[in-house]
Amino acid sequence: MDKIPILRMGRFLLVTIQVDMHDRLALQLQDDLTQRIVRDRAHGVLIDISSLEVVDSFMGRMISNIAATARVLDAETVVVGMQPAVAITLVELGLSLEGVRTALNVDKGMALLREQVAAAGRT
Amino acid sequence: MGLAPALVMTAKEREVLPIRSQEDIVRVRQATRERAIVQGFTLVDQTKIVTAASELARNTLQHGGGGDVTFELLNAGSRRGLRLVFTDKGPGIPNVELALRDGFSTGAGLGLGLSGARRLSNEFTIESRPGEGTRVAITRWR
Repeated sequence: MDKIPILRMGRFLLVTIQVDMHDRLALQLQDDLTQRIVRDRAHGVLIDISSLEVVDSFMGRMISNIAATARVLDAETVVVGMQPAVAITLVELGLSLEGVRTALNVDKGMALLREQVAAAGRT
Repeated sequence: MGLAPALVMTAKEREVLPIRSQEDIVRVRQATRERAIVQGFTLVDQTKIVTAASELARNTLQHGGGGDVTFELLNAGSRRGLRLVFTDKGPGIPNVELALRDGFSTGAGLGLGLSGARRLSNEFTIESRPGEGTRVAITRWR
């Protein structure tokens, strides 16, 4: 298993991270997502991290980079499902995930993405 | 390397894992989690020490050129804890104080590795000699 699958749902890309990623795999995902945003003309990216038991500074940076790159490519990013223990640890670690929109679960994340895309006048 | 973790084990409460590849960082995270569970840590405390271990394992690999980590299960009376000692024979850190500052980085990271690992631990010590290597020890108590 050396690739995180990216699904397309209409104008959105959906990623569920279900493995404890080594750093190369995280970078690969960042690259793949960037390519897919362009290729699929995606308007939004939803990243589900509910299975992740750890987010360290490297993974945090990857998430921030994905959001920043997506923004430059005119797509919104929402990260959903962060476990409470991960959130507590991230804050203590000093990572704020600035510029990254978050939502509690996939449903709320999708609603947020739709709102943002609608607000940008691209319904 | 060649030795399986079980062979390098010197006592029941002490184990060594190598840190030579990115996959080893994942293994260190998993091994830390298992031991934190054995010591009865809460989920939040497990997550904190696993995250600290991940930062320090990456430092050992990226800045120290690889090394290893020793796990010690601490049982002091009713107190239970977990100590991790990361050692490498890399170039060392010329200015430890500077390296401990948030945002200081010589690599591609955010510079939160050392400072973040310190915040996530109850005890933290670092010794480094330029040209000889670095040793970082963290302890978290239940």
